Amino acid sequence: MILVALALLIWLGAWWLNVQLAESAVVKTRAGRLLVPAIFGITILVVWELVVRGLEVPLVILPPPTQIVARMASEVPILWADFVQTFVKGALSGYVIGCAAAFGVAILADRFDFLKRGLLPVGNFIAALPIIGTAPILVMWFGFDWQSKAAVVVVMVFFPMLVNTVAGLQETTAMQRDLMRTYGAGYWASLTKLRLPAAMPFIFNGLKISTTLALIGAIVAEFFGSPIVGMGFRISTSVGQLALDMVWAEIVVAALAGSAFYGAVAMIEKGVTFWHPSQRG
Amino acid sequence: MRSVLPVLTVVVAIFGFWYLAVLPMNAHQAVLDAERAGVGVIPAEASARRDLSGFTLLARNFDVVTAGVWTQERPILPAPHQVAVELWDTTVEKKITSKRSLVFHGWITLSATLLGFAIGTGLGILLAVGIVHNRAMDLSVMPWAIASQTIPILAIAPMIIVVLNSVGLQGLVPKAIISAYLSFFPVVVGMVKGLRSPDAMQLDLLRTYNASKSETFWKLRLPASMPYLFASLKIGIAASLIGAIVGELPTGAVRGLGARMLTGSYYGQTIQIWSALLAAAIVAATLVGIIALIQRMTLKRMGLA
Repeated sequence: MILVALALLIWLGAWWLNVQLAESAVVKTRAGRLLVPAIFGITILVVWELVVRGLEVPLVILPPPTQIVARMASEVPILWADFVQTFVKGALSGYVIGCAAAFGVAILADRFDFLKRGLLPVGNFIAALPIIGTAPILVMWFGFDWQSKAAVVVVMVFFPMLVNTVAGLQETTAMQRDLMRTYGAGYWASLTKLRLPAAMPFIFNGLKISTTLALIGAIVAEFFGSPIVGMGFRISTSVGQLALDMVWAEIVVAALAGSAFYGAVAMIEKGVTFWHPSQRG
Repeated sequence: MRSVLPVLTVVVAIFGFWYLAVLPMNAHQAVLDAERAGVGVIPAEASARRDLSGFTLLARNFDVVTAGVWTQERPILPAPHQVAVELWDTTVEKKITSKRSLVFHGWITLSATLLGFAIGTGLGILLAVGIVHNRAMDLSVMPWAIASQTIPILAIAPMIIVVLNSVGLQGLVPKAIISAYLSFFPVVVGMVKGLRSPDAMQLDLLRTYNASKSETFWKLRLPASMPYLFASLKIGIAASLIGAIVGELPTGAVRGLGARMLTGSYYGQTIQIWSALLAAAIVAATLVGIIALIQRMTLKRMGLA
């Protein structure tokens, strides 16, 4: 009970501290903006630890954070092998193939107005469907290894990417296109010098949405069958063995991989679309 | 109206491609069936055929393959009409209480989706209101809500199902919880953006009217947030359905659209997988369509559209 009371005290204390910080001048600085969410996150971890230990919650319901970290430290080789199998082989290769294919189709669709008017509503419609359901079919076609996971990822990222790229290519104004024409620019010159750069914010929006979808697709596809390695495989078998600390360890790895992937794409975006209003200031 | 013809063309092209793809995908099985029925095929030995691609087999046995691929029981790729027939059989022809009725399975999934969506949206809107009115909450929670969009939270689904199972919760509620947290974060992020969308001029105007905080909320912030809310509701309901379907996978559930896909993949019942997939697509399209309809009517009455 003492631990639970301590958890409550820490919670109230941290919240009071954050309220004080939020009203002070500290949050105007960059460090302050990072400090407040960091305090909140650490408080949740500490309270989680204390409540789980204080109430003696069984391991099969919720393991404390320290135990998850300990498990992560002791299982590095397995976690790394799962990461390589699911993220590098499955998600990343599917992401590259799917985004490249969608980009190509978008350029083609943009060239022919008829195709664009047909593909855009259909693509928007399909992007809202539960495409993850194709996983059992694709696992059946491409086998249990990473190829089938990559195929699921390709199907999942294709339509969001297609819709965003086509929308981006329409972004230029008539004035800008006229200017290119007065310069005597042909289709390719105006595509590479005007319309593709103008489409970049949209393309990167599609790329960023696709990062999360890629990881979800690769993990969920493993629930339908996989070799004995991979994050989705490890999650589903560890759940079966009630080794919840291992499940949480995989989830931490997935979260880190997801944020790092998103962050990397966002960094590239910052470099490419430095001129866009959302990237300035 | 201008886009009806292009859309139809694309849809027809997709179905045409699907029918064409059926030929090489199922060629091996079709040739095997024909051989067993005593029809001569090239090459005659099964071992020689194994290494050939579907296209080669199709080219060498064109008549046999084109005759045999449409009615197979377990095709690698079922033809659209086979899926349509299966859909018709399992929805209209079966009683909806039957375990083989897709309406029955669809309702299991749909009820979890709707319950989870209601919980997730309700909590999401509440949190967004808190974030907009409390600076400390904004600074502490909002970065985590945004960061959570980049992590594959769907991976937690199996654990939630099993943990809740061990404390005695089964069936609808665990799936609804997964649906709820998938729809929760899009709604929070969209709603915060919406509640903040009134500009300084409008907020100043209400201050000159001496409006209280709650009056500002009900008369300005909430109405202004509607377009944002509906945009996130559409994302949220699609995510909820995915959550409910994936929630059915890990425990080997026997009911629901996800369970239909899983059992179909265990027993190689491809037509069953495809019909469940199509049923899920129809449910998703209907749900998003209903929200789009409500959106159009609401925004029209508010004079925003």
